[in-house]
Amino acid sequence: MSARERRLGALCATPITLFLALGFLVPLLVVAAFSTMPLKVFDLAHVPDFTAFAEVVRQGYWKSLAWSLGMAALSTLILFVICWPLAWAMVHVFTRFTLVITVLVVVTLIVSENIRLFGWSLTLMKGGMIEGMLRSWTGYGFDGLLYNVPVIVFGLVYVYFPFMLFPLVQGIAMVPGDARHAAADLGATPRQVLTEIELPLASPGIMVGGLLSFVLAAGAVAESKLLGGQAVIVISDDVETAFTYGQNWPLGAALAIVLIVVVGSLALYALARLDLDTVMGRGER
Amino acid sequence: MRAPRWMRALLGGYGVLLMLLLYLPLLAVFFASISKARYLSFPIRRYSGDWYGEALGSETVHVLLRTSLLVAAIVTVLSVVLGYFGALAFARYRWRYRTLFQKLVLLPIFFPQTVLGLALLMWFNAIGVLPSWQTAVIAHLVWIAPIATLIIAIRAYGFDPMLEDAARDLGCSDWQVQREVTLPLLAPGVVSAALFAFLLSWGNFPLSLFTTGADSTLPEWLYAKMVSGYSPLVPTVGMLSVAASMLLIALAAAVLALRPLFAHGSVARSGSNEPPRS
Repeated sequence: MSARERRLGALCATPITLFLALGFLVPLLVVAAFSTMPLKVFDLAHVPDFTAFAEVVRQGYWKSLAWSLGMAALSTLILFVICWPLAWAMVHVFTRFTLVITVLVVVTLIVSENIRLFGWSLTLMKGGMIEGMLRSWTGYGFDGLLYNVPVIVFGLVYVYFPFMLFPLVQGIAMVPGDARHAAADLGATPRQVLTEIELPLASPGIMVGGLLSFVLAAGAVAESKLLGGQAVIVISDDVETAFTYGQNWPLGAALAIVLIVVVGSLALYALARLDLDTVMGRGER
Repeated sequence: MRAPRWMRALLGGYGVLLMLLLYLPLLAVFFASISKARYLSFPIRRYSGDWYGEALGSETVHVLLRTSLLVAAIVTVLSVVLGYFGALAFARYRWRYRTLFQKLVLLPIFFPQTVLGLALLMWFNAIGVLPSWQTAVIAHLVWIAPIATLIIAIRAYGFDPMLEDAARDLGCSDWQVQREVTLPLLAPGVVSAALFAFLLSWGNFPLSLFTTGADSTLPEWLYAKMVSGYSPLVPTVGMLSVAASMLLIALAAAVLALRPLFAHGSVARSGSNEPPRS
């Protein structure tokens, strides 16, 4: 750590640090300040009275929080199970196909999630691609597959697939081949190699993937609106309603703070345990 | 320890299946966009490209396109500049608050975007700024500049700091080192960061939702139409937006593929880890 590097490092970090301080940290403080204001005010020039938080408890908003967190946890779990074999194969089995999959997945990432979810609603609705085709071929139709809780979880799994897949690939690539081979040579069953070697050594990738998909899914709103048709109300939906129809900024801010505290403490906990240089740079220099 | 044949076939099939599922909804949107009927129902009886003509001729769509393009272009330039220097501080230099800085940069990415947009709306309101497409640029940047930083940082992790030291020993000033060694070596990262920044801004909806004020971007308009009932223009405009993104990616891929034809002289510019010739 030479004096030159110290100086250049601090200098290079300045622009984005200043920007994030003003565009990220300060706004969060504003939300926190707003959440303490009396209900239905639009500026911060009032005496804080915390009625918004009392309202959050009284109106039973914990239900939407529970739905959001529950569905996020479930979709994260499903994503892990779906992505692990593919990520493993991308590292150890596929050669050219790994690149093809990477490109294909990245391309969907840049298509607005609205459009992709809209595509699913066209696919799953009554008279949609699946039901309509089935009915015209077999004569039997069924009610659409939309507007229920499983389809929301499905939407979350679909949208956040890349956020689990790529960190897992990175994590699995960090497992030294020698460790796997040595374990196998010493008589470990494939199952033991998985549970004793690969899962623990790939854990940084698993943690990043799990955190990303959980956090993003917990704050998601489009899936429940476009696919779920408000079968359940999620927390972000409540926040949005409080700001738009409700015209109740302090209530919206208090709801947002609840979400931020849950999600933020998880993110901080995981980020604190993670050595980013190892995850991103693949090892120390 | 090579996987047995049946296992490779099984995993390959699994990969193909997942990729098909990934693209199934886009197929549905595509079919919907070429259906002649005003009210969509599968199987589609009559096809027509009329909706494309209507979408391309619509004044509303033109305005939306202009706004989305403007926002995405400005976000791209600014996030690449912020991200370039951010990445050097993130990955290249060892300095005192580096780990803290890394966490600050990552935090916005791990944040629900709707909440981020609302927080900014309240902040703009508190300081008396009226939301418009300009404030949406700020909102996009809060999320996209850290991503650009990460993408360039991955590249910065991979390069050998000795190259900079060597250039300095040979008498380069700090500025010359940046221009002749660091920037050319990070160039591929910068290009992919720019591409990502543009596309992520182009397709972004949750951040725009609360921060564009009276202006509207393409994804916002699509969402408003989707929740207010079916309109045949939604799949068409959606498909056009996707096509524009794909075109950009294809263009970038073509440039990357053709680059060796134009690259001559500097070795550093081709991205290899060798020092540049003077």
